[in-house]
Amino acid sequence: MANHDHTLDSHDAHAHGEGMGVKRIWQVFGILLAITAVEFLVALGFVHHWHIVVKGPALYAFYVVLTLIKAYYIVAFFMHLKFEKKSFIICCSIVFIFIIYFIVLMLIEGGYLLNHLQEHPVYPNK
Amino acid sequence: MDSLSKLDEVKTTPWSGGREPWSIEYGKVMMWFFLVSDAFTFSSFLIYYGAQKFAQPTWIDADKIFQSIPGIADHGQPLVFVGIMTFILIMSSVTMVLAVEAGHRNSKKEVVKWMIWTILGGMAFVGCQALEWTHLHHIGFWFGTNPATGLTDPAAISAALQPYFTHDISYTAALQFSNLFFTITGFHGFHVTVGIILNIIILCMVLNNTFEKRGSYLMIEKVGLYWHFVDLVWVFVFTFFYLI
Repeated sequence: MANHDHTLDSHDAHAHGEGMGVKRIWQVFGILLAITAVEFLVALGFVHHWHIVVKGPALYAFYVVLTLIKAYYIVAFFMHLKFEKKSFIICCSIVFIFIIYFIVLMLIEGGYLLNHLQEHPVYPNK
Repeated sequence: MDSLSKLDEVKTTPWSGGREPWSIEYGKVMMWFFLVSDAFTFSSFLIYYGAQKFAQPTWIDADKIFQSIPGIADHGQPLVFVGIMTFILIMSSVTMVLAVEAGHRNSKKEVVKWMIWTILGGMAFVGCQALEWTHLHHIGFWFGTNPATGLTDPAAISAALQPYFTHDISYTAALQFSNLFFTITGFHGFHVTVGIILNIIILCMVLNNTFEKRGSYLMIEKVGLYWHFVDLVWVFVFTFFYLI
């Protein structure tokens, strides 16, 4: 009985609904849309059509940063994580340190393999 | 002798028992834990994609392989169709949040409205993904196959793959790209499909007044978390396959 009450009343009324009203939701959508629009402006315009920006590590870093910003807005606001208890936020996000480690590890590994492995011949492009 | 023994004291600290430690309902915590684990699975797929790309001397040029708009243009239009797909999925995420918000106000009618839009958005996305798959299959890419599969003459292999490379041409790179593209987007599309099914089930429950009787639309939040996760994964998949 006590647990059942917890399920019902402690989650809807209190702080949960606050912070993500209809106006806020459309604001966050606007931010996500704007960031995506910038990504497309750079990718289609600057890189593909007008050749102002060249594909390279700087451009890729730019894309990754924008992607991470979008990820933050989705997780923090749409998934409501920003409004949960701090220890829960830590619980869910600290684990991604392992992912970052794994990314760095595998990319370095890939680079190593590039220098030491080639199975099929590579053909010149004209 | 006089005061309560330690065992009889009423404890109210977060981890003292008898209550949810984070004031989050059990099912919601479990959904979060599942999503974190699923994030690891998708991360490992995408990291493998990165490792392969770094290990190959050359790679497929995304702008050359993804340049069609189904029904409108066969080539020459990179990034347009995937842009539409991304927009659809983000929109469906917004409608999902709006459904959750309507649930907080116990407004059944609005919950139904926004859930329907979310489901339609999800179906549109999967439909678009199917079109993308069909187009790639049509030009010769599939699980374990690329346009040069079955050819033996180096000049023929080179010619078959040349339209999709900007730098040197590699059969292995084309094969890896093909396998990884279909596997990762397939895995993601599978998640979207499951999400659509879950949303339809929950919509039926809403229409049957299950949550009205329960007094809470918390379930909308839980499937909402899953749906946002699916959108989140797409943001990363889109970046790594189409932009980088």
